[in-house]
Amino acid sequence: MSSTMTVRSAQQVPVVRSDIDMSTTLGRFELPNPVLTASGCAAAGHELAQFFDVSLLGGIVTKSIMLRPRSGRATPRMAETPSGMLNSIGLQGPGIDAFLDKDLPWLVDKGARAVVSIAGGSIDEFAKLAGRVRDAGGASMIEVNISCPNVEDRGLVFACDPRSAADVVQAVRRATRPEVPVFAKLSPDVTDIVAIARSCVNAGADGLSMTNTLLGIVIDTDTMRPVLAGVTGGLSGPAIRPVALRCVWQVHAALPDVPILGMGGIRTGLDALQFILAGASAVSVGTETFHDPSAPLRVLAELREALAARGFERLSDAVGLAHST
Amino acid sequence: MPVQVSGEVLSLRRIGAYHAMTVVAPGVAEIAKPGQFVTIAVGGPDTSMLMRRPFSIYQVRERGVYGGTVEFVFSIEGRGTRWLADRQPHEPIDVVGPLGKPFSLPREPATCVLVGGGYGTAPLFPLADALRARGCRIDFVMGAAREDRLFGALDAKRISATLSVTTDDGSVGLHGRVSDALPDVLATSKADVVYACGPMGMLRAVSRICEAAGIPCQIAVEELMACGIGVCMTCVLPVIGDDGQTRMVRSCVDGPVFHGDRVRFDDIGTIPADAVGAPDSAPARVARETPAQETPAHKRGLPAKEAVR
Repeated sequence: MSSTMTVRSAQQVPVVRSDIDMSTTLGRFELPNPVLTASGCAAAGHELAQFFDVSLLGGIVTKSIMLRPRSGRATPRMAETPSGMLNSIGLQGPGIDAFLDKDLPWLVDKGARAVVSIAGGSIDEFAKLAGRVRDAGGASMIEVNISCPNVEDRGLVFACDPRSAADVVQAVRRATRPEVPVFAKLSPDVTDIVAIARSCVNAGADGLSMTNTLLGIVIDTDTMRPVLAGVTGGLSGPAIRPVALRCVWQVHAALPDVPILGMGGIRTGLDALQFILAGASAVSVGTETFHDPSAPLRVLAELREALAARGFERLSDAVGLAHST
Repeated sequence: MPVQVSGEVLSLRRIGAYHAMTVVAPGVAEIAKPGQFVTIAVGGPDTSMLMRRPFSIYQVRERGVYGGTVEFVFSIEGRGTRWLADRQPHEPIDVVGPLGKPFSLPREPATCVLVGGGYGTAPLFPLADALRARGCRIDFVMGAAREDRLFGALDAKRISATLSVTTDDGSVGLHGRVSDALPDVLATSKADVVYACGPMGMLRAVSRICEAAGIPCQIAVEELMACGIGVCMTCVLPVIGDDGQTRMVRSCVDGPVFHGDRVRFDDIGTIPADAVGAPDSAPARVARETPAQETPAHKRGLPAKEAVR
């Protein structure tokens, strides 16, 4: 009986095949493999390092950091939904000083490739954050979170307006070293995601992260009031996968040369493969990490196997393949 | 350090209105301490329920026939716990643990009052074992809505100097709440320290009584969690730190055990305006002008091993 059981820890990671070239690129950021964590689902890597070696992933995308410490929204902040969850955390975090002092150096020290997600309430705040990250060094890429739904003022969701999105991207691009790619994280809650994507790219984005959560509400039928203290929250998990995948598909079709970091409900290697085939050069595993803390590394192993089973020698050959006729 | 284990259901039993599941989870049992919890993935491999369910650890056996085992108690509250109650022995089950900060134990023999509401008494039993091993006296206070929702009354009677039982409907014991029974127990036992686990309202009442009596109190909270490992920031509550500042801290890694006088019960469900990082708050003050109330615990060196916060 006990022989069938396994204990997974940082010392015993799933065995991955090494005969497939899993390397990929996100702009000028070269990754040994295409699986990263997703912002807000891995903190700054420290907690997940209890379950696997964070340097084995393509990268760790850190929780969106703001200029100042932030306490977030009131509780309850979470509701489970069919194959998903609604969250209304509201960007609780320690602020950029503590992040640059402790979290980023820790990731670099562990040999992880850090993708730093930044979030600001104004264009000026985004620029200041980018400047601080530039001066500190150590970031392999910047993900610009212009799409967090958990802000009081929907007018501050920059990703809902092409002009605002472009202004933020331009400010961050200017404040970032040329060799560090800047990716804009887009919201699926827009009428025309290609227009937003194009606007971000024209403003200097090196690539796009797609997608953030969808705005949702759950109502408690006993209290007959919204479950979340913040009323609305961001829907994530497999429930949103087809929507996120459609966004990646549309943007890759319109802008085939723009690298995409795909995310939205990826649970397995085959889920990841769907995003790759739709045009993503790499993927982030998010909400599934709450269900299975070793999920990112498992998805990587499963993706490798799935590529091998389909006769691929290189991951890059699969990127966008579903579009070819 | 917690581990993720592909374990197995060893047994499932009914205890009053509750269910207790024992899982073979090598690596968890060996390092678990009283007050810590495990999270269980529910619904099988293709589940639509993504949130792991957290459960306080009830009993651990480091060396069973099949390896270390962990037992936890639950009540069927929804689809996830219904799924758990339907498991059969030998079915696989995914366990992560042990998680969270455990109860702190007194350095020297002390009189300890254990207060539990409903199946919140479950983690108090391994705590009682650890306390008794240190020569502590145990006085147990347990309450529930009705008799079948009391958990472990017979065991509690066996291990304690006194057992006080309360029920909301008066079906057994004192007709009332644990908070109605607690002041007398504190006085007659000459309690040095109180440990409590149960619903937030009960923890708040217990903390108030202990604060008024000048007795240190450790409480284990049960907050809604998504990840259980400190990543998601779902399970936060306002807690006053050693520096006197209030922060929204994670009950999964900074708790679930807190000092009762540090939790701002009245502000749970809000972001207090003076919390670090509160919206539109003035820059966080360096320290309060009056330091956080010094508890008799510190003066007496109790709870001693290591203050949880």
